[in-house]
Formats: sequence, C-alpha cells, structure tokens
Amino acid sequence: MINWRLVWLFVFLVALQVLIINQVTLREMINPQLYPLFVLMLPFRIKGSIVLILAFVMGLTIDIFSYSLAIHAAATVFMAFCRPAVLRLTLGPRQPDMEMAPSFLSMGGFALALYALSLILLHHTMLFFLEVFSLTEFTQTLTRIFLSAIFSFLIIMIAFALFERSKKRVAS
Amino acid sequence: MRNLFLFILRYQFFFLFLLLFVVALVLTGTRQHYQQALMWHSTNQVAGRVYQYVNNVNSYLALREENKRLHEQNNRLLNQVKDNFLMREDTVFEVRDSLKERRFTYMESGVINRSVTRRNNYLTLDKGRNHGVQANMGVITPNGVVGVIKSVSDNFSLVISLLHSDVLVSVKLKKNDHMGSLQWEGKDYRVAHMYYIPPHVELMSGDKIVTSGLSTIFPANIPIGRVSDWEIRRGETFYTAAVDLELDFNKLTHVYIVKNLFQEEQEELEMLISPEI
Repeated sequence: MINWRLVWLFVFLVALQVLIINQVTLREMINPQLYPLFVLMLPFRIKGSIVLILAFVMGLTIDIFSYSLAIHAAATVFMAFCRPAVLRLTLGPRQPDMEMAPSFLSMGGFALALYALSLILLHHTMLFFLEVFSLTEFTQTLTRIFLSAIFSFLIIMIAFALFERSKKRVAS
Repeated sequence: MRNLFLFILRYQFFFLFLLLFVVALVLTGTRQHYQQALMWHSTNQVAGRVYQYVNNVNSYLALREENKRLHEQNNRLLNQVKDNFLMREDTVFEVRDSLKERRFTYMESGVINRSVTRRNNYLTLDKGRNHGVQANMGVITPNGVVGVIKSVSDNFSLVISLLHSDVLVSVKLKKNDHMGSLQWEGKDYRVAHMYYIPPHVELMSGDKIVTSGLSTIFPANIPIGRVSDWEIRRGETFYTAAVDLELDFNKLTHVYIVKNLFQEEQEELEMLISPEI
C-alpha cells in the first residue's frame, strides 16, 4: 500500500526546498532546511528501518538538486536514526496514538517543539560539518549550524501549524 | 550463520542505519575522479533539466521586463544605424564603451580609381588627410582585404592593393588557425596564394581563409577566400595553397578604412627587439 499523502508531502517538500528556499539568500551562512519536516512528520507506526530508507531517499533527492554529493542523505539518515530515541525522550511516559503523526495535537506544543528542535540540530550539525568536511573552520561552522537551525526550526514549526489548521478544516 | 542473521535482523535498525550512512559518506568522500565525474554528470542530467524548466518558467514570468529591455536595446541600436545619420564626410562614429578599449575604427570611403590588370595594382580613395586618413591604415570590405594605405593627399589616399607584389597579408585557416602568408602571384586577380602551411595540415577544397589578426593593420577574422588547390612546390617543405578570393576587385566601389588605435604603441614595442635580430 502506498501512502499517497506521504508521496505528495515528499514532492511538495522537495520542490519547496529546491525551487524556493534554496534560491533565497537571506544572509551568508544562513541555509534553512525545510525538508527534514518529512522525517519529522512520518507517523509513529512506521517502522524505524522504513524511516531510515525514506530519509535516505529524501536526502539524496535534495543532494541531486544541490550538487552536494550525498551530505544531505547522510545527515537525514543520521536524523532518522536518532528519531526514536528523541521521541522517547520528549514524550516521556506518554504513549501516543500510533496511527497519528507527530503534531501539536498528538504530542502537545512543547514536546513537538523540543522534538523538532533537537532533531534539526542533530541534522544540521551533521550536514554542515560534512559540507566543510574538516574541523578547521570549527567556530564558523558552528555559527552556520545555529543560525540555519533557528530559521529551519521556525519554518518547520510554521509548517506544522499550517498542517494542523488544514487538517482541522477538513475535519469540521 | 543463522545466529548472525538473527542478530542482524534483531538489530536491523542499527545495521541499516550503518549501511545507509556509510554509503552516503562514501558517496560524499569519494576522491576518485571517475566516480565523482560520474556522479556530477548524472546529477547534472536530472537537476539540469529541472532547473532549465524552472528557468523557462522564470524567464516567462520575466518576459515583461525582458521585453522592455529589448525595446530599449532596439532603440539604442536603431539610433546607431548608419542610415539615421546625415553623413558628414569626415565623421568617424565611435561607440564609447568603458568595458572594452576600442581597438579599430572604421571609416567608410568610396573608390574613385582602381586597376586589376597590372602586376602591381593600386586604388584611389576619396578620403584623405583632411578626413583623418594616414599611411599604413588597412583597407577592407566585409568580403575581404583590399590593401594598405600607401600615401595620402589632402582629399585622397592611395592604396596598395592586395594585388601587388609588395603586399603580404598574415592569414590563417579558419578551421584550425594554422597561419600563413597571403600574396598575389600576379596572374588571375581572383586567385591569390597562401604560403607556409605546414605539411601535416589536412587541407580541403573550400577551406575558409581569414585574416589572422597578427598584423597591426587588419583586425582578425576578415574573410579572404576559399582554398581551391594546394601542392608542395619543388624545393619547398610547406604547402602552397591557391585561394579563390571572395572579393571581386573589379567591382569595388565602397571600402572601409581601418584605423588601429594601438598601431603605434604595438609597433614601438615590437621595434625594441628588432635591432637584436
């Protein structure tokens, strides 16, 4: 069974990332990434190995359009690997509805923000260090990571909120 | 073995992560020329097409602006068209461009006298010192080299035609830039000869000959004619090619006088080495 909603989300995020976000230059060093939202938004019930594969495909697709070898693939796979642990930590003892995906509704605002922010930071750390491929420009790379992560976090949380609203409208 | 499989299956999440991560790292870290080239190539195939399509859309969206720009350019060019000017006889039009230093200027001139039948032919032009013509300027038409200004009077100038034994023009094969010298041998005014083509050069009937741009007199790439025949002459080691001249000297009525604005500078510089030779 193919989850068409996920396919559309994939295409939509790639297009948005490649055609719009990557074309906008905010300042040097700021490089927001929206596409990790794809991994963040996968439903709870999807098995970890499937998440890994989906993350790899997503990252590699972004790589193809950014002429960046496979750094996005590596970073996204790394993020997918950390996802179960981060979920466990942010949710605590609560058991979410397995049919749902991470959202304001299913996790609560604070837990969702924490979950998104930590995974974004992990993803960006891996991404930007791989991009430089050395530790020589350490502080500069750290600056890039944090500046970009702030913007990524903002647009990803906005996207979460927008999806929430559209879902509510469908329901009502 | 079975235990190993069970072990991997049990920790499939971790092993799959390891596998995918290592694949990504290898793809990223590869320093092999071939692999990298292959990767760039295939990436480019996909992404290039998409970006081209996006660019098409973008350029469509920018059509209005582009249109305006073209209109402005059109207007500017129209204003430069010669027909729009009342020709004052002595005017040379210069287009100012801060990016490029202008090297050649052209002055239109009429031919008032010419010959083709003698061994050493000359032309007379209706522009002279008063119009800024000086000796050693080149004379061309869009179809070929006419000659070099030999001397000027107040209102006229005398041109040594290409059809003259003293005129040697530096030319090249357009297809592969091999240089040679062009000279008229004095028989048919529609045929000149190109000398010093190395024997390894493959010549074809119809090869285009253009000016090389090595002289201080003529700009590069003015068409001269086409190769019709070639041979290694007795006692020589280079090809000599017969060149059918594109320019019909017998029908010349209008020519352009070429002024090389850097002629003096270049010649002065090149003079420095000549005493030592």
